[in-house]
Amino acid sequence: MTDFPRTPPRFSATFTPAVNAEIRRAAATGIYDIRGGGTKRHLPHFDDLLFLGASISRYPLEGYREKCATDVWLGTRFAKKPIHLDIPVTIAGMSFGALSGPAKEALGRGATAAGTSTTTGDGGMTEEERGHSKTLVYQYLPSRYGMNPDDLRRADAIEVVVGQGAKPGGGGMLLGQKISDRVANMRNLPKGIDQRSACRHPDWTGPDDLEIKIMELREITDWEKPIYVKVGGARPYYDTALAVKAGADVVVLDGMQGGTAATQDVFIEHVGMPILACIPQAVKALQDLGMHRKVQLIVSGGIRSGADVAKAMALGADAVAIGTAALIALGDNDPKWEEEYQKLGTTADAYDDWHEGRDPAGITTQDPELSKRFDPVLGGRRLKNYLKVMTLEAQTIARACGKNHLHNLEPEDLVSLTIEAAAMAGVPLAGTNWIPGRNGGGW
Amino acid sequence: MQTFDLGKEGLRALNSSLHALKGQTNMTAWEVINPKGAHAIAAGVDAPVEITVRGSTGYYCAGMNKQATIRIKGSAGPGVAENMMSGTVIIDGNASQYAGATGRGGLLVIKGNASSRCGVSMKGIDIVVHGSIGHMSAFMAQSGNLVVLGDAGDALGDSLYEARLFVRGSVKSLGADCIEKEMRPEHLALLADLLKRGEADGKAKPEEFKRYGSARKLYNFNIDNASSY
Repeated sequence: MTDFPRTPPRFSATFTPAVNAEIRRAAATGIYDIRGGGTKRHLPHFDDLLFLGASISRYPLEGYREKCATDVWLGTRFAKKPIHLDIPVTIAGMSFGALSGPAKEALGRGATAAGTSTTTGDGGMTEEERGHSKTLVYQYLPSRYGMNPDDLRRADAIEVVVGQGAKPGGGGMLLGQKISDRVANMRNLPKGIDQRSACRHPDWTGPDDLEIKIMELREITDWEKPIYVKVGGARPYYDTALAVKAGADVVVLDGMQGGTAATQDVFIEHVGMPILACIPQAVKALQDLGMHRKVQLIVSGGIRSGADVAKAMALGADAVAIGTAALIALGDNDPKWEEEYQKLGTTADAYDDWHEGRDPAGITTQDPELSKRFDPVLGGRRLKNYLKVMTLEAQTIARACGKNHLHNLEPEDLVSLTIEAAAMAGVPLAGTNWIPGRNGGGW
Repeated sequence: MQTFDLGKEGLRALNSSLHALKGQTNMTAWEVINPKGAHAIAAGVDAPVEITVRGSTGYYCAGMNKQATIRIKGSAGPGVAENMMSGTVIIDGNASQYAGATGRGGLLVIKGNASSRCGVSMKGIDIVVHGSIGHMSAFMAQSGNLVVLGDAGDALGDSLYEARLFVRGSVKSLGADCIEKEMRPEHLALLADLLKRGEADGKAKPEEFKRYGSARKLYNFNIDNASSY
């Protein structure tokens, strides 16, 4: 009998082993996958853009010698007390509840040392964060957990959260494991229950109401505080325009790479747009209204390095916010805990079950024993270092482009490596003058 | 009595004057005339003063109130006494949507009817409505007491946590996880006190009410409950 060659096993590109594993998991458990973090799929991102640098037509600035400023004013439109930050990299909203008290303290320490702001989250303002953050942005969320006028007045800015990039249109979820006595008390809830944060505000709907809500918040705080409006990357042109119309001082725009403490994987991976596609639309809305640089734009979702900062700013953002990257800087997902990640059925750099509260690094937990592993002073120092490095990197690029302020970076400094990124970011494909979608058919 | 003409002096001047009241002030009685449906009247007050608004108000009157007693001699727009911390707000007329939303303390009295989502996400406030309330009232209500002398609309107490709901009239429908509960002596005593403080003790008796609360079946997610949502 002849031994003919056999067709080797062939995996489906549609039903991959990972897809099949998820089908089996769903069939066995009857519940969707919940996890933390942002999207894990490959998307057009800042990596698909390059800076051109200086040449005969543009001359560069000398590294470490010629000034390249990095400061930013936020809230100059209406607030009596706008915020001035030394660097344009802010810390995004992350809740006490999702994070431990010491982790919030570390964020405050690191951000303050680097000259930037932190942001509260669902669950209210903690003393750890207020005490250690020179500049603290207080989120005004649909759940209103812990909301009170005293904290509004001792905040440095107020961020009205309409949505976030990981789940535009979705609320929050904090599973019972993380509802400790302190968390429960701050949220006026029984201990140990699964706590849902509402997906929309309880006392306003739509842009006309939002305008009145912002006016009320300004009245309560005597028009002192900058008021941000945060939206997920869904319809950035219209959301930005409506936020401006409603009276925002600052628009915060979060792409789908932005993390969450916990939500359904299907939500994270299939709702919203990458930040690269969002920024140009938001900037265009501001420009169409004559409000670019008057209403500041903070963008977030997958910012990792000074290059990402510089690219976001070249596209027209005034500042960026980091969440996931800040947690990594603190020590989240560190390979030194690999043995324990393995016990949880995962591995370092892939751990995302933050909602379960068993974080070996002691950051995304309310467990007192795990929390003890995390040193807020050391964590704060690591965050400061990271923020300083990002700033130096962004300055390095800006100087190479001949810019004496990060805000002077412009789309003309950029080219794209892919057709997709060129179309989304609105910068030409490298080596061409082609911006897909422009000159007919653009938005 | 300080009389403030909102039509002439403007909202900012009013709220600025009220916010300046700290501790033991002699200026404890205020009257606001010509409100004409303005928004955010007396929002963010934090002083033990009495404020009477002579007319109807727009959105968020008495928002985040602390300590003050605020009487509205008219009807109130959406979000009256939203996120109130303490004090008392009394409305002679009707209240629009989201009355007492997310309130964390104090007492809200509505002598007329309240629209939909009365007491939405309430977190400790007491609300007494002499008339009826609209649909989705006490949605995700966490704690506090809602007393309704009239009827309740659809989906009362949907996704309720630990707030107590007392309704004298009919309930068109109960929301997910909201059930009728036994009225025990402590609830009758609580209700008697709320009716008295809500200026309704001559209008209704505790025994005429039914109590509604959370079945607590949705407190921890279970796929078998998915059809309840």
